[in-house]
Amino acid sequence: MVRIGRILSPAVFTLAVFLLFTGCAKREAEIKVGEYGSLTGSTATFGISSKNGIELFVDNLNASGGIGGKKVHVLVEDDQSRPEEAATAVNKLIAQDGVVAVLGEVASSRSLAAAPICQNAGVPMISPSSTNPKVTEIGDHIFRVCYIDPFQGMVIAKFARNTLHFSKGAVFRDNKNDYSVGLANYFTESFKGMGGTIVADESYSEGDQDFKAQLTNIKGKKPEFIFVPGYYTEVGLIARQARELGLTVPMLGGDGWVSDRLLEIAQDALNGSYFVNHYYEGDPNPIVQSFVQSYRKRYNATPDGLAALAYDAAGVLTNAMRQLSTQDANAFEALSGPPNADQKAARARLTTLIAATKDFPGVTGRISLDEHRNAVKPAVFLGIENRSYKFVATVEP
Amino acid sequence: MQEFFQQLANGVAWGSIYALIALGYTMVYGTLRLINFAHGDVYMVGAFAAYFLARALGVGTVTEASPLLAAVVLLGSMAICALLGILIELLAYRPVRRSSRLTALITAIGVSLFLENFGIRVFGADPKFFPQVIAPRTITLAEGVLVTNHQITVVVVSIVLMVALTLFIKRTRTGKAMRAVAFHRDAASLMGIPVDRIITITFAIGSALAAAAGFLVGLTNPKIEPLMGIMPGIKAFVAAVLGGIGSVPGAMIGGLLMGISEYLVVGYISSTYRDAIAFVILIAVLLIRPAGLLGRNVAEKV
Repeated sequence: MVRIGRILSPAVFTLAVFLLFTGCAKREAEIKVGEYGSLTGSTATFGISSKNGIELFVDNLNASGGIGGKKVHVLVEDDQSRPEEAATAVNKLIAQDGVVAVLGEVASSRSLAAAPICQNAGVPMISPSSTNPKVTEIGDHIFRVCYIDPFQGMVIAKFARNTLHFSKGAVFRDNKNDYSVGLANYFTESFKGMGGTIVADESYSEGDQDFKAQLTNIKGKKPEFIFVPGYYTEVGLIARQARELGLTVPMLGGDGWVSDRLLEIAQDALNGSYFVNHYYEGDPNPIVQSFVQSYRKRYNATPDGLAALAYDAAGVLTNAMRQLSTQDANAFEALSGPPNADQKAARARLTTLIAATKDFPGVTGRISLDEHRNAVKPAVFLGIENRSYKFVATVEP
Repeated sequence: MQEFFQQLANGVAWGSIYALIALGYTMVYGTLRLINFAHGDVYMVGAFAAYFLARALGVGTVTEASPLLAAVVLLGSMAICALLGILIELLAYRPVRRSSRLTALITAIGVSLFLENFGIRVFGADPKFFPQVIAPRTITLAEGVLVTNHQITVVVVSIVLMVALTLFIKRTRTGKAMRAVAFHRDAASLMGIPVDRIITITFAIGSALAAAAGFLVGLTNPKIEPLMGIMPGIKAFVAAVLGGIGSVPGAMIGGLLMGISEYLVVGYISSTYRDAIAFVILIAVLLIRPAGLLGRNVAEKV
């Protein structure tokens, strides 16, 4: 037995080394991109929509030959809708999986938890839909393809003041959520600047079930509308409980409302309310229509604004990769190579190319990144009537 | 003033749910001197049991919402959780019955974590939305004070269950045996009381009450998720301590006080302190009246 072992072990070793190398060679033909998102948890539709959007884009890209003969491989991690898990997920993607770029998150709190890790590792990160301005302030490797909250807050305030002619508003914010607090502040500032008054400013915490105590206070102040810059799960419950208390004024919200579950939770409670989205699926633009059709065909659902932004984030990233492949073949080769100094230099080149994105034709409009690595884009207002959405207006920046 | 009464009305409905959960803590503590930390998670399982039952009965899709259906769902989830309570007692607590109290306490924490992660694995981490087993209606109690028929159902069902429990403990042979076990387990055993069976029954009843609370929460606050039991569990525990742990009427009063104080804190101070109030109350009770409002001071043998 011993002798057989002696003869066999070099053979096994050689075989193992052979397999190892062929394994590596096979993987090197792919460019590895990481994605982290809330596939489960309280904002699960955010992560699922984003994953679908990215998957749709990347699969189409790979089917048509990839970039410079290389396929893009997206590795997805679930952060369970929790910031601490987002940090863990991105650490794993970078340290263990060796991704050269990261896509994610929707929620600003989670992007803020993960961005410093990407920044320190020198891995470019594109957030599809985190609107809090602090996200891209983390550093020069952090980008986004959506508008930011100062713009969103201003647009909603303008809509409330000038279009709906309201002067007395209430704000009901999620105190544990960077996005919600930021958007509430930007809205309040703009609305007051236009001569409106905020008669009540109440708060809740993500995960709360019961909002009646705060809504009772809001009701006592008799506002003409309530601005709820939260995420869809809580927004739906808040709307229902407000109606149960006899508080029937319209509600206004931001892009945190974007989810196909919003109306399932709220039922009729949000009729007459308005919110801001990133695109409108009925937009006749052929880019939008072809996206909506292929998405529907594949997932049997209408893509929401977050799916569209994720699709565009993947577009902006792979567009920069394609530019790299034509400009510098060696650097492009290093992207799918081992994690060495060459790859680091290639990632830096990629980062520069992403920063230079100009007039990228996305589903959510033309995307150009400014010097703060933010996209400057129009906002789309949607209204809710009889449990369905209707297009109201597009507001240019 | 309208607002104050509105907060009070909501606080009473919310507090009834704490009271139901607190009853389970108190009963188990009374008979076993064990703080059953898994109790909040039994409440979560109760909510999910009710959710799946309602879905299986086709509420909202196939069948119309009706009080009869709601009763079926309520009793069904109570039965499922009673069974779960018996299982937990048999598998987790009975083997460590003769060990130190600390062992049992740590076992309870283990069961709690098991149920939470079991919930995430089986039900999924996404929140589920409870179907409306009773059609919602708003009722005006007084000028500007509105409650829903759901909230009234919560209060009525809680009162009925608490009265039934009190009668059970006071008037039946089993109830008498439960009191005897609570008073002195070994002496009760010497008197021919089947202590193990009585403890199992205690767990079954306590868990069924937690399931009722889970169903009622689903009715008024339709979002349910696997970790929903943690905070209400802790707060109901505080409610039980406030009322005097081991005392059934104490748990009811403690639960109501918790619910009302939570509403008043959110309404008049800040929602940030919603969870803090429970611990402020806990610390205050431990400092001022460790036995709780209705608890008796018992000298401990050391």
